[in-house]
Amino acid sequence: MIPLIVNGLSYALPLFIIGIGGIYSERSGVTNLALEGLLGFGAFAGGLFVALSAGFLATGSGMQFYLSFVIAAIGGAVFSLLHALLCIKLRANQVISGVVINIAAMALTAFLTVQINSMAFGAESNKFLLSPAPRYSVPILKDISVLGGFFTDAYSFEVLILILAAIFWFILYRTRFGLHVRACGDNPQAVDAAGINVARVRFIAVMISGLLSGVGGMCFAYSISTNVSPAIYFGAGYLAIAAMIFGNWKIVPTLAACLIFGFARSAAQQLVLFLKMDSSVIDLAMTIPYILVLILLIFFSKSNKAPKALGSSYDKSER
Amino acid sequence: MKRPQAVNPGSQTKLGSQTRPKLGIIARIFYTERTRPLLIALLAILLSVIAISVLLVALGKNPLAALQGLLQGSGILPKPRYAGGKSMLSDFLGFLDAMTPMLFAALAVAIAFKAGLFNIGVSGQMLLAGFVTTVLVGYSGLDALIAKPLVLLIGFVVGGLLGAFVGILKARFNIHEVVSTIMFNYIVQFIVSFFIKSYYIDPVSRQSHLIDESARLTLINVSVGDITTRVPLCFLLAIVVAVVLYLLLKKTGLGFELRAVGTNKKAAHYAGIRSNRTIVTAMALSGCCAGLAGVTYYLGYFGSIEPASLTSVGFDSIAVALLGNSNPIACILASLLITILTYGSTYMSSIAGVSSYIAQLMVAIVLLFCACSAYLEFVVASRRSKDLETNESEGDDDR
Repeated sequence: MIPLIVNGLSYALPLFIIGIGGIYSERSGVTNLALEGLLGFGAFAGGLFVALSAGFLATGSGMQFYLSFVIAAIGGAVFSLLHALLCIKLRANQVISGVVINIAAMALTAFLTVQINSMAFGAESNKFLLSPAPRYSVPILKDISVLGGFFTDAYSFEVLILILAAIFWFILYRTRFGLHVRACGDNPQAVDAAGINVARVRFIAVMISGLLSGVGGMCFAYSISTNVSPAIYFGAGYLAIAAMIFGNWKIVPTLAACLIFGFARSAAQQLVLFLKMDSSVIDLAMTIPYILVLILLIFFSKSNKAPKALGSSYDKSER
Repeated sequence: MKRPQAVNPGSQTKLGSQTRPKLGIIARIFYTERTRPLLIALLAILLSVIAISVLLVALGKNPLAALQGLLQGSGILPKPRYAGGKSMLSDFLGFLDAMTPMLFAALAVAIAFKAGLFNIGVSGQMLLAGFVTTVLVGYSGLDALIAKPLVLLIGFVVGGLLGAFVGILKARFNIHEVVSTIMFNYIVQFIVSFFIKSYYIDPVSRQSHLIDESARLTLINVSVGDITTRVPLCFLLAIVVAVVLYLLLKKTGLGFELRAVGTNKKAAHYAGIRSNRTIVTAMALSGCCAGLAGVTYYLGYFGSIEPASLTSVGFDSIAVALLGNSNPIACILASLLITILTYGSTYMSSIAGVSSYIAQLMVAIVLLFCACSAYLEFVVASRRSKDLETNESEGDDDR
C-alpha cells in the first residue's frame, strides 16, 4: 500500500504542475498542446545546467538540485515564447503550432544533447546524467497506517510543487492579473474594451505555462530515469491536457484527475509485482493511465465547458 | 477547430472579386488564387533552406556540401564511388522504398486535414496495422500471390478501424482527436511491445522475427545487370491512391462534404450535411491510408518491428501534408522533398560529419515555417491590398 501511494504521488504531482500551466494558457484563450515539448525542453535546460555546473557545484548538492529547477523553468518559459509568437503574433493555427512545437522540441533537444555531449565531454551520448533526487519522510506522520504513505519517501520537489500550485492558484483566482487571464479566454473583446492589452496577457499566460511545464519536466527527469534523454517524451504533456479537460479547466479538480492517473498507474505496477507476473507484463500496466484518460474523457468531454474564446486568435475588428 | 489553412477571410473575398491590382511584374504573372498555396509552400521552403544553412554554417559545415550529400544519399546525384553491387539506381530505388510509406502517411494526414481533423496518431495506426499484419500473414508462409494482396488488405482494414474509432470518439463524445490519437499511440506502442517481447522477439536483433519474403511488399536483392537492388512494389500504388484521393475530394459528393465540414462545420450542418458521419468517414479514410503506410513500412521497408518505439514517419508526414497544403497531388512532391531530408541524411552525416539527429531538426524547421503559413498568407494578402489601394488612387489621378 505504501509504495502505491509514494509512486502515485511522485507521478501525479509533476503532472499536476504541468496541468496548471495548461490551465493558464487555455484560460487565456490559447490552446496549448505544446506542453509536451515545453516540459521536454525545460528538462533539457535543467539537465544541461547540471552537466555544465559539475565543475564548480558539488554533484548532487542541494544548490545544484534546486538551481536545476530554476533553469528548467526558465528554459520552458523561453521555449514557450515560440508558441506565443506563433499563436498570438503570427496567427498560426494553435493546434498545429502546438504539435509542431512538440516535434521541434524532440528534434532540437535530441540534436543539441548529442552535439553538446560530443563537443564538451567528448562522448556522443544522447542523455545528461542527473544525481538521484533526495527523498524525505516526515518523522511521526509517516507511521500512520495508510495515510502515512503521503509522508514517506517523498521527493523534495513534491513540496515545491505544492507551494507553486498554491501560489499560482492564488494568482489565477485572487488577483487582478488572474481575472484578466480568465477574461481573455472567455471574452477578449470585453478585455480589450476595458483598455487591457489582450496579446500581452496571453503572452504572459503562455510563458507561465512554459515555466510550470519546465518545472514538471525536470521533476519527471529526476523521478523516472535520473537522466534527461528522449525518454522524457512519454506523453506527460498530453496526460496533463487530459487531466485539465477532465478537471474542467479548474485547478483543484485537475489535481483530483492527476491523482487518479498517478494512483491507477502505480496500482497496476504494484499488482504486477504482487502477482509475481513476468516483467514484460509491466508494458501492459503502463497503458493503464492512457486507457483511463480515454474512458474518463468519454464521460466528461461533452459536459465540460472549455473557455469560450479558446483556440481563436484575437482579432480586434471581430465582433 | 478551424480549417488548418484558414486564410484571413476578409482579405480573400475582397481580393478575389477585384480587378487585377498593381503588383510587381513577377507577382502579376505568378500570384493568383490558384497558385497561392504553391507560392506559400515555396516561400516556406526557401525560409527553411536559409535557416538550415545558417545552422550548418554555425556548426562549421558547408551547406552546399551538405545539400549535395542529401541528394547523393537519395540517389538523385551520383556519389563519387559505390560499394560492390550498388549504383545510383539502387540508391534511388531504396529512396523510393522509403518514400512510399511517407506518401501514404502524408495522405492520411492530408485527408483528415481536409475535414478539419488533425490525425497525429498516424504512427500508432501504422504500428498497429503493421503488427497485426505481421502476425497474421508475415509468418504464415502463404504463396506470394495471395500473401501480398492480403497484407495490403489487412493493413488497410486495421488502420481504417482504428481511425474510425477515433472518429466516433470525436463525433459522439467530443473528444479532441489530437488527445485521443496520442493516447492510442502510447497504448498501441506498449501493447505491441508486450506481444513482441513475449512471443515474437528475435534474440539477436532485439526486434521481431523477420517476416517471410513472400509476404514482403519490397523485393530485396533483385539483380539488375551487375547490381543488386531492392524494388518497392507499392510505390506506384501510393501514387494511384494519391490521384484517387484527389479525385475523391474534387469530384465526388463525399469529397465535397468532407471539405465543407472542414471549412465550416456549422454551415455544413445547416446545409444538411451529416457532419458527424462525415467526421467518422474522414478519420476512417485517414486510418486506411495510415494502415497502408504501416504495412509498406514494417512489411516493406523494414521487414521486422522494433518493440517499444514509434516510427518518426507519422510525424514527418505532418510536415509533408502542411507543405502540400493537404492537396494529395502536391503531397507527392512534398513527400519527395521531406524524404530527401530524412533518407539522404544518413549519407550526408557520414560525409559531412554532422550528427544524424540533424535530419529530424531539418524537418522540424520546415514544419515551423509551414505552421507560419497563415501569417505568410496574411502578409502577402495585406501587401496586396495595400497595392490595391495605391492602384485605385492612381486610377483617380488619371481621370
